Amino acid sequence: MTIGDIKKLLECEVLCCDDRLESEVHTACGSDMMSDVLAFVKDQAVLLTGLLNPQVVRTAEMMDIICIVFVRGKKPDDAVVSLAAQKNIAILSTANRMFEACGVLYESGLRGGISSGGVGCSAGGCLDECAYIAL
Amino acid sequence: MSALTLHYDVPGDDFTRAGEASSDIKNKLKQMGISPDVIRNVAIATYEGEINMVIHANGGTIDAAIDAESITLTIKDTGGGIPDVELAMQEGYTTAQEHIRALGFGAGMGLPNMKKYTDEFNITSEVGKGTEVIMKVYLSK
Repeated sequence: MTIGDIKKLLECEVLCCDDRLESEVHTACGSDMMSDVLAFVKDQAVLLTGLLNPQVVRTAEMMDIICIVFVRGKKPDDAVVSLAAQKNIAILSTANRMFEACGVLYESGLRGGISSGGVGCSAGGCLDECAYIAL
Repeated sequence: MSALTLHYDVPGDDFTRAGEASSDIKNKLKQMGISPDVIRNVAIATYEGEINMVIHANGGTIDAAIDAESITLTIKDTGGGIPDVELAMQEGYTTAQEHIRALGFGAGMGLPNMKKYTDEFNITSEVGKGTEVIMKVYLSK
């Protein structure tokens, strides 16, 4: 699946790095807890999140994640988009909620990965939704 | 490969800048041609440490030493220290307040992730004095 496929499937707006739409993604992870994302290692992944701060981009950078999809119609501010552009990380925004967005991508063949640590869905007070697409 | 050392002062009052040191280390390792898997492990471990310092300890320092065999990371703060290190190493254990969790951290995965992604991990902490984490990632497995 390409980032362009994700854009179509989730009816996303592309906020930066539209030159990456042909890039392949192999796995996905959905979470608002960045420490849980950091426990997940797979190549060429997409991150789905409702969190908007710059640490989402930093986390993606550390993990070599190539695309971030902001769910529930959220859009990060210009500083976050600019940071993502510097790191060549595509930023998409979809009106879908986390659960639906993950479900659509899973149904379309995208699979996730769980690290050997076995981290799954995190449930924190700040989360109203969280999903980990698991193998 | 000649030895290289890097030093960073991490400010404790600016969450938006947290991760800049880890990003710089990652870029320098890339320039050195180190394998992507090693770089990612170093980046994650350093980043978790950097975030921890900003969240819990009002900043600190990060030192990275790269030689022909490994990368040694020293993450040091003069914060409040950890009363029970064994407990803090358990996945999911956290003392983070709700406002930290709202920022996407404080899930109790920081120290476990740092240990998980490194080949050697040592932590010493003293309440009221601070915490030092020394980690090593081997260049070849």
